Amino acid sequence: MRHIISPTDLTVSELTDLLNLAEKIIQNPKKYSEVCRGKKLATLFYEPSTRTRLSFEAAMLNLGGNILGFSSADTSSAAKGESVADTIRVISSYADICAMRHPKEGAPYVASLYSSIPVINAGDGGHNHPTQTFTDLLTIKNLKGRLDHLTVGFCGDLKFGRTVHSLIYALSRYSSIKFVLISPEELRIPTYIKKELLEANDIPFEEVRVLEKAIPKLDILYMTRVQRERFFNEEDYIRLKDTYILNSRKMSLAKEDMLVLHPLPRVNEIATEVDDDPRAVYFKQAEYGVYVRMALIMKLLEVDLC
Amino acid sequence: MLTIGGLNQGIVLDHIKAGGAMKIYTYLNLDGLDNSVAIIKNARSNKMGKKDIIKIEGKLNDIDLNILGALDHKITINIIENGVIIEKRNPTLPERVDNILKCKNPRCITSVEPSLVHTFKLTDKANGTYRCIYCEQSFDRR
Repeated sequence: MRHIISPTDLTVSELTDLLNLAEKIIQNPKKYSEVCRGKKLATLFYEPSTRTRLSFEAAMLNLGGNILGFSSADTSSAAKGESVADTIRVISSYADICAMRHPKEGAPYVASLYSSIPVINAGDGGHNHPTQTFTDLLTIKNLKGRLDHLTVGFCGDLKFGRTVHSLIYALSRYSSIKFVLISPEELRIPTYIKKELLEANDIPFEEVRVLEKAIPKLDILYMTRVQRERFFNEEDYIRLKDTYILNSRKMSLAKEDMLVLHPLPRVNEIATEVDDDPRAVYFKQAEYGVYVRMALIMKLLEVDLC
Repeated sequence: MLTIGGLNQGIVLDHIKAGGAMKIYTYLNLDGLDNSVAIIKNARSNKMGKKDIIKIEGKLNDIDLNILGALDHKITINIIENGVIIEKRNPTLPERVDNILKCKNPRCITSVEPSLVHTFKLTDKANGTYRCIYCEQSFDRR
């Protein structure tokens, strides 16, 4: 039995298998519509989430399985003070697999220590969100055709963005990847990622402040939101906020085949005028999230197609 | 200069980072011992400028010195018997420490579930970095 707690819990080879299966599902979803009949997915969401929970539930329903669970801590026994360990011991007898989101970092790992069913981390605080990373990788692989030999730009809040950190770790395992880290000084990538991952493994990266300067060289642009509350003073926020808004003018500087990804929800960091640009794939990315979760559920439940 | 007499039998923890002795004292649970314990703070050191020293007198079967590696791996452990140093070594870095270091990350699951064992794993031997197994936050020795 396997659990997925961190994006790097799967080896590169296992990840390749997962993404290949997801691509097969994209090509012929009907073929997989009954493979989990009789199986149940428990969605244990201790904090609200729209896309992640619904995409997990859609994934299981698409596979012919059933779902049960809760969507906030208030409606679970956590409100009565039950520990994660006790909750998962009980849920293990109700379902075949579970997806857990928790505001506290490490909660899904604790669950995996006591669970007798596979546990998928559906986001634990600012820590890990592996299925978002798998979604990002599937989007790049499917639309770009490869996960190596890419120049990948990350723009916005690189300090607190867990999706950014996880994707950097995941892409670092592929050859000839270059990172361009575009952010204000205050929101730069944490030092430990630079030292322990990028510098330690000789992975080329550059840190820049201006999106326009970086965008022409990128194969992938991963946008994130720059939040007002992250700045130390209002003056800096006002000075910098427009720098990190992607619009048609900035897109005109990009390569014709560059892809724009965003983990969503988008607020104003991508102007709506960009939505019609064929290079803007963030809604497609959200759709791929269902396929990659279908593939992951199948892998963890060891479902074989006859 | 302040002088404290030599030990006939016991342990001297030397080269403790200046200001770190009280933490070591607490982590080793020395307050629970009946032995004489001397803490010397800000002693002059050619190597470090300033350093702390802890001297513990007597037989010490109940002290787990292995955890010193996780707390300050530059400490020198001197074992004294019959007034002479019979062993001088630096602590090794344990691969894993349970319920010695406490995770200080307020977002960690250990902050709300007191029954969980606080476990840290050695993730970078060269720099002596330990990370919480739950939230992966590194242990801050300051």
